[in-house]
Amino acid sequence: MKELTLSTLIAVFEEMFGRGLFWALVAAALVITALYVFVLIRDRSLSMRKFLWAQLSMPIGAIAAVLFVQGITSSGFKDIGGPIDVIVLLGVAVLGAVGLAILIYTAQSLIRRKAE
Amino acid sequence: MERGFIPTRRGFLGLAMAGAGLAALGAPASAAKVATKAKIVVIGAGAAGTALVNRLVERLDGAEITIIDGRKEHLYQPGLSLVAAGLKPANYTVSQTTDWLPKGVTLVAEKAAAIDPVAKTVATEGGTKLVYDFLIVAPGLVLDYDAIPGFSLDMVGTNGIGALYSGPEYAAKTWEAAQKFTEEGGIALMTRPATEMKCAGAPLKHAFLVEDIASRGGAAGKYEVHYTAPQGALFGVPIVAEKVRMLFGQRGIKTHMSHKMLSMEPGKKVATFEKTQIDATTKAEVKTTVDMPYDYLHVIPPQRAPEVIRQSGLSWADKWADQGWVECDQKTLRHLRYPEIFALGDVAGVPKGKTAASVKWQVPVVEDHLIAAIEGKEGTATYDGYTSCPLITRVGRAMLIEFDYNNNLVPSFPGVIAPLEELWISWLMKEVALKATYNAMLRGKA
Repeated sequence: MKELTLSTLIAVFEEMFGRGLFWALVAAALVITALYVFVLIRDRSLSMRKFLWAQLSMPIGAIAAVLFVQGITSSGFKDIGGPIDVIVLLGVAVLGAVGLAILIYTAQSLIRRKAE
Repeated sequence: MERGFIPTRRGFLGLAMAGAGLAALGAPASAAKVATKAKIVVIGAGAAGTALVNRLVERLDGAEITIIDGRKEHLYQPGLSLVAAGLKPANYTVSQTTDWLPKGVTLVAEKAAAIDPVAKTVATEGGTKLVYDFLIVAPGLVLDYDAIPGFSLDMVGTNGIGALYSGPEYAAKTWEAAQKFTEEGGIALMTRPATEMKCAGAPLKHAFLVEDIASRGGAAGKYEVHYTAPQGALFGVPIVAEKVRMLFGQRGIKTHMSHKMLSMEPGKKVATFEKTQIDATTKAEVKTTVDMPYDYLHVIPPQRAPEVIRQSGLSWADKWADQGWVECDQKTLRHLRYPEIFALGDVAGVPKGKTAASVKWQVPVVEDHLIAAIEGKEGTATYDGYTSCPLITRVGRAMLIEFDYNNNLVPSFPGVIAPLEELWISWLMKEVALKATYNAMLRGKA
């Protein structure tokens, strides 16, 4: 890369997903994060019961994210060739885990508030 | 309990939106455009020509920019290796030339037929005559299949013949022939030409991919892959050549250096090579012909500058006489005899750099010198020969090799992505990020 600026990165991601889908994904991520922060502020506490479900979903999110990336790139675990590959694999898994956990926690908080 | 701020869903979202709006307002304003009436003609709407015009319209105000290209389709050529290994469909590499051209640029959808660098005109096949103040020649190169007796393009995909350089459809047909080999086994014969060529890594990639797929498929245990090349080394950069030599050794790919493909007999499934050896006592070159049998043959023909360039007197007189690349300064890409002419991309007569990655580095250099010339100044940007090659070694792994004119490795991510290691991350880049980066480059944004 000659110059890896934010605008270059955004241009690359726009081409990767298509401009509409990319910004829709960004918006979805922002909205879910905002809702998560919203329910935390609204409830003024972390519900351990919801948090347990969110935690239980984490391995599923991690595995799903890794399999998704491998699926769209015709590759597999045997292709791990060096330390950076392990880091990338773990990074993908962590993103999947945290992403799904936030989604599950937020969804429970919004849907099942009365049940608590 | 008293509360100053009562969070509601609507209020919270409103706050978030306001924040996003403020962030967008903070984007930097673009620099002032240069006012000019210059007539700029670009020959070729491939990677180089398209990327350049998209950048020029952002920099110039009032310039008359014309781009000449007779081909309707724009080809993402870095994808052809993937198509020829059955990993992507042919249409993965195809878009329309007009999809990428900005407003304010005139497309003449004809081939350039003649260039007169003294009168500063370009004539097209349809008879249009364009006068220019500045000319950028970026027509790419031509594949000289006639130089290989016995071969014709209609054979590709049948009788074990592949030729992935020929375009998306031929790359897909190449996979048909290669796939048969990966299922049934036999002898695969890989070639490369004696001339300069675009993406010198592609012949290696094809050999690696075909071997990898064969090793997992029905052909396992009953195939041989032979790699031939007219050159003395497997790659122009010595440290990379050594690495490839080691990998070929591990993978059982046999190499035949100093073997130049001369002709083929498709009926007999035999290709004929000229083998060059140095006589041990006289130190003279001894040339012999060698016949090699094949079940799968990958043909890459000699590559040359288009006829219009070679006829126009723009080529080097004392270098690459049979190929006709444009005579230009290797740091600025400016023509050595006609300073208002620049060469870009495959056609440029520089020692390295017939790849899309090279184009990405070359375009800003030409842009800088062109705009400086319009302003009556001297440009400062230089091109150091940067070329990059995600050298695929298996389905799922690649080496991210980057180098310059001096055969130095110039890794973009030193200490993070090792250039000479077969890595998954390098494959991910090729699979996911490369086309997106290429497209962003076409739009002048990367």
